[in-house]
Amino acid sequence: MSSTTIAPSQSPSRRLVTTPGESVLSAGRTPRSLWSNAWRQFRRNRMAMVGVVYLIFLTLVAIFAPAIAPHNPVESNVGEAGQYRQAAWTTDPNPLKTGTWDYPLGTDGIGRDVFSRLVYGTRISLVVGFIPLAVILAIGVPVGLAAGFLGGRVDTVLMRLTDIVYAFPALLFFIIVQISLGDSWFGSLLNGLVLLFVTLSVINWTGVARLVRGDTLSLKEKEFVEAARAGGANGWRIIARHILPNALGPIIVASAFIVPGAIIAEAVLSFLGIGVRPSPNLDNPFPSSWGQMIQEGYQLWQSQPWMLVGPALAIALITLAFTFVGDGLRDALDPREQI
Amino acid sequence: MVEFLLRRVLYVIPVIVTVTAVTFFLMYRAPGGPWSSDKPLPASTERALNAKFGLDKPLWINPGAVTAERDAGENNPFVLGRALFDSQFFNYLFGVARLDFGPSYASKGAESVQSEIAERFPISLKIGLVGIVFALLVGVPLGIISALRQNTWIDHLSLFISTLGISVPTFVTGLLLVILMSRGFGISPVRRPDAWDGFGSAYLLPGIVLGLGTMAYMARLTRSSMLEIKRQDYVRTARAKGLANGIVVNRHMLRNALIPIITIVGPAAADLVTGSIIIETIFNAPGLGREFVESIGKRDYSMIMGTAIFYAVLIAFANVLVDLSYGFVDPRIRVRR
Repeated sequence: MSSTTIAPSQSPSRRLVTTPGESVLSAGRTPRSLWSNAWRQFRRNRMAMVGVVYLIFLTLVAIFAPAIAPHNPVESNVGEAGQYRQAAWTTDPNPLKTGTWDYPLGTDGIGRDVFSRLVYGTRISLVVGFIPLAVILAIGVPVGLAAGFLGGRVDTVLMRLTDIVYAFPALLFFIIVQISLGDSWFGSLLNGLVLLFVTLSVINWTGVARLVRGDTLSLKEKEFVEAARAGGANGWRIIARHILPNALGPIIVASAFIVPGAIIAEAVLSFLGIGVRPSPNLDNPFPSSWGQMIQEGYQLWQSQPWMLVGPALAIALITLAFTFVGDGLRDALDPREQI
Repeated sequence: MVEFLLRRVLYVIPVIVTVTAVTFFLMYRAPGGPWSSDKPLPASTERALNAKFGLDKPLWINPGAVTAERDAGENNPFVLGRALFDSQFFNYLFGVARLDFGPSYASKGAESVQSEIAERFPISLKIGLVGIVFALLVGVPLGIISALRQNTWIDHLSLFISTLGISVPTFVTGLLLVILMSRGFGISPVRRPDAWDGFGSAYLLPGIVLGLGTMAYMARLTRSSMLEIKRQDYVRTARAKGLANGIVVNRHMLRNALIPIITIVGPAAADLVTGSIIIETIFNAPGLGREFVESIGKRDYSMIMGTAIFYAVLIAFANVLVDLSYGFVDPRIRVRR
């Protein structure tokens, strides 16, 4: 029986050459696991690999920002940096507005280097993307497993809760929470990042829970779960060894779309002037946010568009990279759903 | 079917109550009251104002009013019950049920929130309409062509456009487009206020920018569902019996491929709502979205609260409509429960 389970993965021509029986196994290539198969397919997706490389690059930029940024991102040096110095390749009749390679992307309204602010802004975007994700998975996956596997009251409560969360547009909830709690002591923790982590997690965990619930519901009817149960496995073992590993693919794919969503939410809130408050303090690890840079640039877009273009492109590129990675992951891990 | 419809509509009620409660509680906690300004009001004036708008009542329930009524010799349980719920929250909730969102404290002459919504929302609706029409007219054909010419340059191009559209947020594309338009073509995106009366060309650009994300999503969805249907047996049968290509595409493939499009109307409604907040600010359109942003700046809490609840109700009903429409479009998913 064991030989026939491997046979379909072999090419028909090879099967013709070999004699039936045990030799089929030895002649075939070594069987690959689901994960190594997925990794092979993911690696072949060029756009997804570009996305991964770009995200690794951004992570390095975020970590080594002090070494990369040519200037202090919050120090204004109007005397030398000029007010609204333009990007390096532009010239202006006013020498204080002419671009210089000291300030490659120009400076903003109070003489801060736009490029350095962009470099440091990577930090907030990455942190806002990944920390809530960890919380969301830590809550959503167990609740989804419980709801799907046990059903009953947990399931009912979860479904009602997701109904409500679905009806409440996430952005509106973020805005209201920011207005309500943004000025409290809790809202000021870590430049307001902690409050943002909490709100992002509160809204998003239900989506993950619902996804995991759906997968669990269908997986627990499968033959291999029945077989495991017949073999005497208890509930915990079935969840840990049979259901969770099979539900992992969709969870990973969903994660790749949660992160850019969080990054966009942060940027939108900052654009509205109620988001994370980057510190003007020179030694704060989070001195600038792309969303806030867009907001500052938006006020002056007619005269200083370069202040806006840099951070806008930065957000466009990071979300694009995540979409490429997410699409690649979906093709590799979740072949059922291909949008 | 009727039972399901009824249940689904009644379902909206707890959703709205919860959304109202969460919003109300959060906004109650927000710093500063409706009367706080640079010049503090005299205490007596503030008390009078609070009494006028019912802000001196307890937050959740009002047992004091019950005892007062009972002392006055009232025994009717309905009157006593009404007195118990004569609180800030329940009065607001009952108001919401009557579409009365209270006065807008920051606006001059204490205009009501609902009259403000009634005035501003049509503009948002028109922008949203342009957006959804654009999304349908461009997204669906793009997806169809993509699927019929799979793996050609046109497929790759449309995939690239739609990937860009779903990943890059509306406000980034909006801002970049505004800069491109004004720098590259000398077209100012900011219109005179009277340009928004009626249904003129002012709505074109904000509508398209608003619809970009939905358009991209529709293109991807149409493409994938067309690709799936291309491999179905009934399509092969239709081709085998010698039907013309146009008939196979129109009658056999398109009809079935378009069913999933309905599924995204709900999320699209939410997307258009939140998108309008940003787009109307960028294009200076006097719709409800920009009003919402302005009320954030003015800390006009009743306006923020009213608008948020209004949007949530809108989206809850959009979701119900989507659920109901499945059964009408696809007889295979007739609802029984």
